[in-house]
Amino acid sequence: MSVLIFIDQAEGHIKKASYEAMSYGAKLAAQLGVQAEGVVLGAAKEDLAALGKYGVQKIHHVNNEALNHFDAQVFTKVIAQVVEKTGAQVVVFSNNVDGKGIAPRLAARLKAGLVPGAVALPETGNGFVVKKNVFSGKAFANIAVNTPIKIIALNPNSFKPEEGSGTAEVVAFNATVDAPKVKVTSTNKVSGEVPLSEASIVVSGGRGLKGPENWGLIEDLAKALGAATACSRPVADVHWRPHHEHVGQTGLAIAPDLYIAVGISGAIQHLAGVNRSKVIVVINKDPEAPFFKAADYGIVGDAFEVVPKITEAVKKLKGIA
Amino acid sequence: MKILVCISKTPDTTAKIAFTDNNTKFAQDGVQWIINPYDEWYALVRAIELKEKDPSIVLHLVTVGAADTEPIIRKALALGGDEAIRVNAESHDSYYIASQIAEVARQGGYDLIFTGRETIDYNGASIGGMVAELLDMPYIPLATKFELNGTTATITREIEGGEEICEVPLPLVVSCQKGMAEQRIPNMKGIMSARTKPLKVVEPTAADTLTAIAGFGLPPAKAGVKLVPADNPAELVRLLHEEAKVI
Ligand SMILES: Cc1cc2nc3c(=O)[nH]c(=O)nc-3n(C[C@H](O)[C@H](O)[C@H](O)COP(=O)(O)OP(=O)(O)OC[C@H]3O[C@@H](n4cnc5c(N)ncnc54)[C@H](O)[C@@H]3O)c2cc1C
Repeated sequence: MSVLIFIDQAEGHIKKASYEAMSYGAKLAAQLGVQAEGVVLGAAKEDLAALGKYGVQKIHHVNNEALNHFDAQVFTKVIAQVVEKTGAQVVVFSNNVDGKGIAPRLAARLKAGLVPGAVALPETGNGFVVKKNVFSGKAFANIAVNTPIKIIALNPNSFKPEEGSGTAEVVAFNATVDAPKVKVTSTNKVSGEVPLSEASIVVSGGRGLKGPENWGLIEDLAKALGAATACSRPVADVHWRPHHEHVGQTGLAIAPDLYIAVGISGAIQHLAGVNRSKVIVVINKDPEAPFFKAADYGIVGDAFEVVPKITEAVKKLKGIA
Repeated sequence: MKILVCISKTPDTTAKIAFTDNNTKFAQDGVQWIINPYDEWYALVRAIELKEKDPSIVLHLVTVGAADTEPIIRKALALGGDEAIRVNAESHDSYYIASQIAEVARQGGYDLIFTGRETIDYNGASIGGMVAELLDMPYIPLATKFELNGTTATITREIEGGEEICEVPLPLVVSCQKGMAEQRIPNMKGIMSARTKPLKVVEPTAADTLTAIAGFGLPPAKAGVKLVPADNPAELVRLLHEEAKVI
């Protein structure tokens, strides 16, 4: 009996979302009085034993070349073998790009109930009930899982990783690994920038910025804060900014600690993608902009005047000349 | 070449979110229903584009739902597609729904199955992966580009802070999101022809339900915005640092 956590990597490095999944899984294991175990697929460039700090007691490492690139079909079959061998009763994923590929497959393979987008630890007093976001963050649902094995995909940025002390026992796991059908030919990373889905601070711009030539305003503030940049849908639609920056109901849904919206009106579809942010700051020249109703802090003013001053104040605070 | 596109109905993006029956059911009164935007704008339109390029492609749509989903599936047919299949069942359990779609796919022998990235109501993002597993096909989630070269697809998918490009042999399942295609508005000819396109109703296959909704809730309301004067932006930075402690 154990809680098994899928520790997702990118090019041998552990993703931020995996730390959240580990802490969550370890807490859940303690709640159930069982061991927290992890599974790592493919070559690892980091010290896996050190992951004990996040409460994982044992790590099954399937170090097979065929697992260095993501193939949901192949990964699922390997994880299913680990579940079977360890008798895991709960499997925890991050609900990130890879988790969305594997968790549903594993659920179908093991006929295990899946809760995608969990935001809190399960209630295990009477049954097994997990809180998840629904209606694009406008509501939540409590999902009862009725199967012997349960699968949880934890929403990124909804559980703070906790570092303690401890060392995990790392064991090589011998699995049957199929030849992948997915052939990865290239990866393009926007270098030097914080990935939007993982960012704890996001600075976002809307149509109020008038044109792509004015995005220096957003980028300077983001740089001073160590933040990622985002935008509203029309801004991506007219190609002022790349599609991957589009947040909202039909774009990326994010939950940073701080979301700063500049020149965005706050349409309901936009809010749906950002309403899980812990603190929302709105800068808009229209005091009637709907976004102020969803905000924690706001400035009614012209972005072109206000934002550079905020950037200066942030630099001063951080001691950046 | 046969393509199957999965279509779901969802409440309009501006629908009021409220619950009835002691917070166990979504309040449907006065709610407008639409095709789930990810299914419509990205999965369906990309499949239509592929068919426009190669008219020999057979394009079918599938939905799992009661008779009241038919207007939605007709709307989808107005954009394109040869025929639609409705599995006459209602469920909120993704495994049950995926089992129905997998059965339709088995019967129809499709080379390519498209879903939207997730529905905007239950935000599951799990049907595509489950269908792929039930059919033992490869699965690419969160695709932003899709090209067909014979029996191989070249697909771009989202990864953290970038994208990954891969080649995958058919048959396969793909979940689609922004980048795949541009939203289209159905024209009069499409709307007229959709009325006479076949819409087959099939009864569900036996499948288990693995999860159940125990209840819904709404997030706590915000306390209200604290406004900072426009001539003192430094005060905002101080509040974020000292009060909210987020910078
Ligand atoms: C089905 C559907 C799905 C959608 N999905 C999304 C989605 O995922 N994401 C999304 O963002 N939108 C989405 N939309 C669109 C959404 O309804 C809004 O149209 C959009 O969010 C508006 O973008 P905006 O706020 O940038 O522009 P606008 O609404 O034009 O707002 C611009 C704002 O900038 C302010 N402004 C102007 N000049 C200045 C200045 N100098 N200084 C400060 N402020 C200024 C104005 O007061 C205004 O509030 C969707 C719509 C539909 C129908």
